[in-house]
Amino acid sequence: MKEYFRNTWLGIYTVLVGMKITFKHLFTPAVTIQYPEVKLKLPERERNRLYVNMDDCIGCDQCSRACPVSCIEIETVKSIPGEDLGVTSNGKKKALWVTKFNIDFAKCCYCQLCVFPCPTECIYMTDIFEFSEYDRNNLVYKFATLSEEEAQEKKLNFEKFTAEKEAQKAAAAAKPKDDQKTAS
Amino acid sequence: MYQYFYDLTGNTILATLIVAVFPLVNVLIVALIGVYLERKVSAWIQDRVGPNRTGPFGLFQTVADFVKMLQKEDATAKDIDSKLYNIAPVLVFTGSFAAYAAIPFSSKLIGSEAEVGLFYVIAISSLVVGGILMAGWSSNNKYSLLGAMRSAAQIISYEIPTAIIVLSIVMLTGTLSLDKISNMQTAYFWNWNIFGGAEFGITKFLLIPFMIVGFIIIFISTLAEVNRTPFDIPEAESELVAGYFTEYCGMKWAMFMLSEYGNMFAVSAIVSILFFGGYHSPIGYLGNTLGIEWLIPFEQAFWFLAKGWFFILVQMWLRWTLPRLRVDQLMSLCWKYLIPYAFVNLIIIGVISLL
Repeated sequence: MKEYFRNTWLGIYTVLVGMKITFKHLFTPAVTIQYPEVKLKLPERERNRLYVNMDDCIGCDQCSRACPVSCIEIETVKSIPGEDLGVTSNGKKKALWVTKFNIDFAKCCYCQLCVFPCPTECIYMTDIFEFSEYDRNNLVYKFATLSEEEAQEKKLNFEKFTAEKEAQKAAAAAKPKDDQKTAS
Repeated sequence: MYQYFYDLTGNTILATLIVAVFPLVNVLIVALIGVYLERKVSAWIQDRVGPNRTGPFGLFQTVADFVKMLQKEDATAKDIDSKLYNIAPVLVFTGSFAAYAAIPFSSKLIGSEAEVGLFYVIAISSLVVGGILMAGWSSNNKYSLLGAMRSAAQIISYEIPTAIIVLSIVMLTGTLSLDKISNMQTAYFWNWNIFGGAEFGITKFLLIPFMIVGFIIIFISTLAEVNRTPFDIPEAESELVAGYFTEYCGMKWAMFMLSEYGNMFAVSAIVSILFFGGYHSPIGYLGNTLGIEWLIPFEQAFWFLAKGWFFILVQMWLRWTLPRLRVDQLMSLCWKYLIPYAFVNLIIIGVISLL
């Protein structure tokens, strides 16, 4: 009989305790972060989409070689004397035209290994992480600032320059022979 | 109300239909706002935001749901007993809606002033069990049948403590008419039955604790009768998919939901009539102080709806507080605890009302 009344009391009492707790929660503000409108601050060392500051890139190809999944594709063309490519922000002189700098984010594993070898710190991680696409090809980001035609032009320039150099060399190589001939 | 429309139209059927529209509108509004509030209250209790995309503060979420339900294909299983299957939702809704016939919304808005209103409400709301059993049986689905069986066992069991508490109120007031019971608790809130009724004297103070016990018992048992959590084992989502309406979809399913919310309000209304003065204001009427006669019925309707909504909110609050009861716990709560207490309560209230 004592047990019976105790059960009754416990039943009512515990329900009231529970109701008190839920009543408190009724007025606590929601913990929901309404994602697209409100975004959490990302941690300081977050690793997301890469960005390449092409003004600083010297085309050294070190990032591409560091990449474990080979997602960075770089093609460069040497500049010819007389062409001024400017200097990077930390004073390095640029010597190469970067005609192609593609990063395939479908392959990228966000390991950040490409960031450290960069001598000019021009490749780095941004805080952008929403860049899903319907087509995989859209995930290949082209960073090269030169347009197709410009790149073609630079290539031709360099080829012409090397051809001229070759010709000069050939001429230089031929000359002493002639001298010898004339001397003899 | 009926008389007024009868004089206006001169046709009994038309007048009856017009009067019946009011509780129907009330049920629809209760379902519409009730579902929205249910989501919001559950969200707030769980520290979430709740629906907030459809319209301002997500107010049109239920409307959107309703439109979706209207558009849905009426998909049915192959081996159903189609006659029973189609009647069941209508019967369940009829059972919950018919209870409104006797419920007084205000002194002017009463469907039927029947002397046996309370008896009628208790009787007609049992029709729901029939509908639920039909739905469970005709669906030809083991979950539906289990849910229906549980529901029948539960509703029939919990009808006993409800009826006993109702009986004790009837002993105290000496009438079965809901309108008369409300009118006995008029004027101020200390005249409510939960505070011992209108008659001032030693019996009033003796009655208070037993009235509170009676209120708790009738609240628990009516909660079980409308199949709300913690007594929702007939439709226990985690065990029985959706219980007795597993096989229903679209508008037929909506009928079950509508009747659930209709039932919630009906039960809240009965509790507020029996213990909390029905449509009477707890603090006097503005219409009386200002001398505007016609304002009083509107005020009464306001207080009635406010009391009903208050108990609906308490039901929601309980829903998001307590876990579901096991079947044996459910039965032991009813037969071992509520019924003995209700009987003792009945005897004591009987003795006190004799004093």
